[in-house]
Amino acid sequence: MAQAPKSGAKAKSPARAAKASAARKTTAGRSRTAGRTEASSGRPVYLVDGARTPFLRARNKPGPFTPVDLAVQCGRPLLTRQPFSPDEFDTVILGCVNVIADEMNPARVATLRLGMGAEMTAFTVQINCGSSMQSIDTAFRTIEAGKADLILAGGTEALSHAPLVLRQQTVEWFGRFATAKTAWKKTAALAGLRPEMAKPVIGLERGLTDPITELNMGQTAEVIGHLFGITRKAADAYALESHQRLARAQNNGFLDGEVIPAVARDGTLYDHDDGVRPDTSMDKLAKLSPVFEKPYGNVTAGNSSQITDGACWTVLASEEAVKKHKLTPLARIVDSEWSALDPSIMGLAPTLCSTEIMKRRVLSCEDIDLWELNEAFAAQVLACLAAWEDEEYCRNVLRLDGVFGRIDRNRLNVDGGAISLGHPVGTSGNRLVLHLVNAMRRLGLKRGIATECIGGGQGGAMLLEVS
Amino acid sequence: MPVTKASVWKALAPRNMDLGPKDTVKVFTHSRLSKGSDDIAWLVLDRANESTNTLSEAVMAELDTALADVEGMGAKGLVIRSAKKGGFIAGADIRDFKGVTEAGEVETRMRRAHEIVDRLAALSIPTVAVIHGHCLGGGLEIVLPCKFRIAVGDAKLGFPEIRLGLHPGLGGTFRLPALIDPVEAMTMMLTGKTVHAKKAKALGLVDAVVEERHVKNAVRAAVAGKMKTDRGNWKSGVFGLSPARQIAARQMRTEAEKHAPKKHYPAPYRLIDLWEEHGGDAKAMQRAEITSFSELLASETAQNLIRVFFLHERLKGTAKGESGIRHVHVIGSGTMGGDIAAWCASHGLHVTLTDLDRNAIAKAIGRAAEFYDKKLHSGIERRDALDRLIPDFDGSGVAKADLVIEAVAEKADVKRKVFDAIAPKMKKDAILATNTSSIPLEVLREGLACPDRLVGLHFFNPVAKMELVEVVAHDRASQTALDRAHAFCSAIERLPAAVKSAPGFLVNRALTPYLTEAFVMLDEGTPKETIDRAAEDFGMPMGPIELGDRVGLDIGLEVVRMLKDKLDDPIPDIPAWLAKKVENGETGRKAGKGLYAYDDKGKPKKASDAPAPSAEMPDRLVLPMLNTCVRCLREGIVKDEDTLDGAMIFATGFAPFRGGPMHYARSRGVADIQETLKRLEQKHGPRFAPDKGWEALGGET
Repeated sequence: MAQAPKSGAKAKSPARAAKASAARKTTAGRSRTAGRTEASSGRPVYLVDGARTPFLRARNKPGPFTPVDLAVQCGRPLLTRQPFSPDEFDTVILGCVNVIADEMNPARVATLRLGMGAEMTAFTVQINCGSSMQSIDTAFRTIEAGKADLILAGGTEALSHAPLVLRQQTVEWFGRFATAKTAWKKTAALAGLRPEMAKPVIGLERGLTDPITELNMGQTAEVIGHLFGITRKAADAYALESHQRLARAQNNGFLDGEVIPAVARDGTLYDHDDGVRPDTSMDKLAKLSPVFEKPYGNVTAGNSSQITDGACWTVLASEEAVKKHKLTPLARIVDSEWSALDPSIMGLAPTLCSTEIMKRRVLSCEDIDLWELNEAFAAQVLACLAAWEDEEYCRNVLRLDGVFGRIDRNRLNVDGGAISLGHPVGTSGNRLVLHLVNAMRRLGLKRGIATECIGGGQGGAMLLEVS
Repeated sequence: MPVTKASVWKALAPRNMDLGPKDTVKVFTHSRLSKGSDDIAWLVLDRANESTNTLSEAVMAELDTALADVEGMGAKGLVIRSAKKGGFIAGADIRDFKGVTEAGEVETRMRRAHEIVDRLAALSIPTVAVIHGHCLGGGLEIVLPCKFRIAVGDAKLGFPEIRLGLHPGLGGTFRLPALIDPVEAMTMMLTGKTVHAKKAKALGLVDAVVEERHVKNAVRAAVAGKMKTDRGNWKSGVFGLSPARQIAARQMRTEAEKHAPKKHYPAPYRLIDLWEEHGGDAKAMQRAEITSFSELLASETAQNLIRVFFLHERLKGTAKGESGIRHVHVIGSGTMGGDIAAWCASHGLHVTLTDLDRNAIAKAIGRAAEFYDKKLHSGIERRDALDRLIPDFDGSGVAKADLVIEAVAEKADVKRKVFDAIAPKMKKDAILATNTSSIPLEVLREGLACPDRLVGLHFFNPVAKMELVEVVAHDRASQTALDRAHAFCSAIERLPAAVKSAPGFLVNRALTPYLTEAFVMLDEGTPKETIDRAAEDFGMPMGPIELGDRVGLDIGLEVVRMLKDKLDDPIPDIPAWLAKKVENGETGRKAGKGLYAYDDKGKPKKASDAPAPSAEMPDRLVLPMLNTCVRCLREGIVKDEDTLDGAMIFATGFAPFRGGPMHYARSRGVADIQETLKRLEQKHGPRFAPDKGWEALGGET
């Protein structure tokens, strides 16, 4: 839980609150760079290109691609369209949460399969849902510090491949059985086998449950929905709009170039995010039962993000690399921030890290033209928005002089989000940043923030500017 | 930021191969003998002035001397291996087989060679063959008498003699069935198929498969008698009995007849006879093998097939230098484009495959995956080939490619439009190739900013089976572009044949009268099965009716129309019913229905009661093809008769045992062919009139 405030300054004008309190107080949650008062003064870092696979809904069986397959699918066309050779990167960073046994350090496996050369270094980063925003951030800070010029940073996730895990007691039994030396001892060990031991635990279910609080991610959405009075109807309405927005983006070609079709080895073409349900309605959504907290909960499969497979890559470059390879920067990465809070209310983290950046950069709510705030759950997105309009929360937690302000829906997730697209956890951060940039350019906007909550009680945010 | 990115592995690779102790005991011309502190002798073969080891008389004589040295040096064991990177021994030096006509002479030479191999077999110390890469024919016959065979992972072993109209002749026919399951042994020799290390181990053909780094330890284990062997040859006992062999031999003959009819290909039947008669008696079989091999070698069939081998080498040899092509961009994902792309990716090239139709690209990838499942041996190879084959939905690969191959619809304006769009985006030194089967390149180069970099690369369907690629020149093509195109073909293991730009180039033009004459015969009421039989009896892999269906009647029709329009070759008119068939979508095998109906497996349903072809029929089909070949020679479409023969064999499967169309014409006699054509002309019309090019050939037989 957020701490109680130690002091609270009087607000002059709520709209200017952020600017007024700029650069002095940090939010009540802890931030990685807490205490940093100056905006960093390193080299400029540009996002010059990026692409992702379509996000493919998990359909009760392993999908057609492993995590590295996905990274290869969108990496190949992205590398093909660069004017430089793939071995000219300095390093490769890939976010991935559910690494499969055959692909340890998926970043390196993908690098080799992409033909980037045996001499290319590559490492994988993992901070749950923030993994591929972390890969961009690490690339950003490395280039900013002058230690690299060109980095491929991405994320990949095949949630449909999440393993079935043996129960701990089963593993222990197997250990006893395998080490039993004589036939008699083996028989004795065999007798210890119980039918329930054969029942596997679904790894994904465990992965989406916070180990400290034993709360499932959906339950954390129930918690913050409750704290900020988010109704079932409001959540459903949000979800409906997410589907409609994605469908519109798909139909109008807003995702062309960003989403590149993937082809499975059986010749099947996957050319769009297939979780979209343009024909859903408030009625249909209202019929769904709560999935995480039965029977009284508000979070349903319809107003939650979908379990999905997908990968995304971005190309980050220094000024020198831009000049050398004649690249066209799409946007400059201005700043980034990470914050943490109690895992049971992890969904509020975007308010912490985003506000932190804005304070540091002396920006107010209306200075941000466009937002991508990951739609882990409709209730969670709406709780963040409500929190930013909640004077008590803004003063006591965000340490602002008044409310942060209202983020209009036409500046937020304009082309849908994880509810309609799906949330391949290790990939979402990368997609948020890439799509933010593409959407800003399409709409002629200048400044935007991509932010997300992270299972385990963290959040990440990134500020980008189109020049 | 790394300062340099050097390939570490490349720098260390030469250290990987173990060629035994450094202190050499004796250096021969083609090998060297050494002995280490462990008293194991190593005979390392390294044929002088050749990139591969083959067995010539000189090499064999040297082996004899080396064996004598080994007998006298008090070694505990002998290792035989090759110093060549590519493999152990590729077989006999086929140059020695060329032009042999006297079976008796061969027999004397073979007996001497057998003595040397017998000497190896009789060595009292453990002998160990270490095999990497190819170990074929005579090479395999050198390792069979060794007491142990150790394969390194990439080893390929086999007896390809059957493809030269021969069977093994240096002891293979009796040593292989004695070592492994005789039926497996016979299958290997009858099909000529090679087996990879893993399969060889399962058969008991090799005793161990080891990595290069374990060769020395494996050799020591073998010499010390600590290597476990599992040769799975228990069946040898059963087949030691003649009734068992009789039953098996009968089945083998039936199977062989399906692939190589006895009247054209005697070798398989000679091999089966050998085994059936002498299978229980090694000495008798050895004597019979020598006689049979010598007779086969002197036969016309074997000599023609040996000629085909050299035609292959000759076409391969036209590729010189490096192509500089690492990335190929293929435009058009139909059968040809997709298959060319898949083939290139399986040969290590980076490939982008594009098409306006996204689904066509995806389907081509699916087809490639199926092909890789069959063709490639490991999951790693399949994965890597598929990773290299990139579906390119926006065509961005064109800017990165070293070679762009166009395989879009066979219409000049469509192709020109593609060129206009891509040519400005191509790299400055990239080659632009068209897979047109019939449009003259002079038409296609019109309007190109860099016509010098345009070449024709005409692949044949199916790409994986048909080895030939017609490399088409035109008046403005640069020699560099043509040379690189040849080198590219060689890099992807296809055979380049240089042809001049003219409608239909060589192969399609020569095939046209063969196909159209078949349509005329159909119109006359001859059953299609009878027509196809006539061609098959001549030795064609399939008859013209089936070929038309295979190529696609729509494509065939288009080519015939174009050639009739552009050339004054005497091509018969296309029957109206054929055009109608195509309009109705009955385009052949791909549609499940064409001139034949097809079952689910793509096999034509043929009536079994069709009458046998008349004696005239093969000539009616084949001679117009030969006539056109002569015309092409006269017009300079191909440089010489050998190129022509090779092209027709490797693009169409023209009866290989006849040595190619021109070789056949010469063997039969130019005068005879001219006369026959004249007779056919009188009977069937002026399309059979002998080309005037025959006159020039008549003098030099």
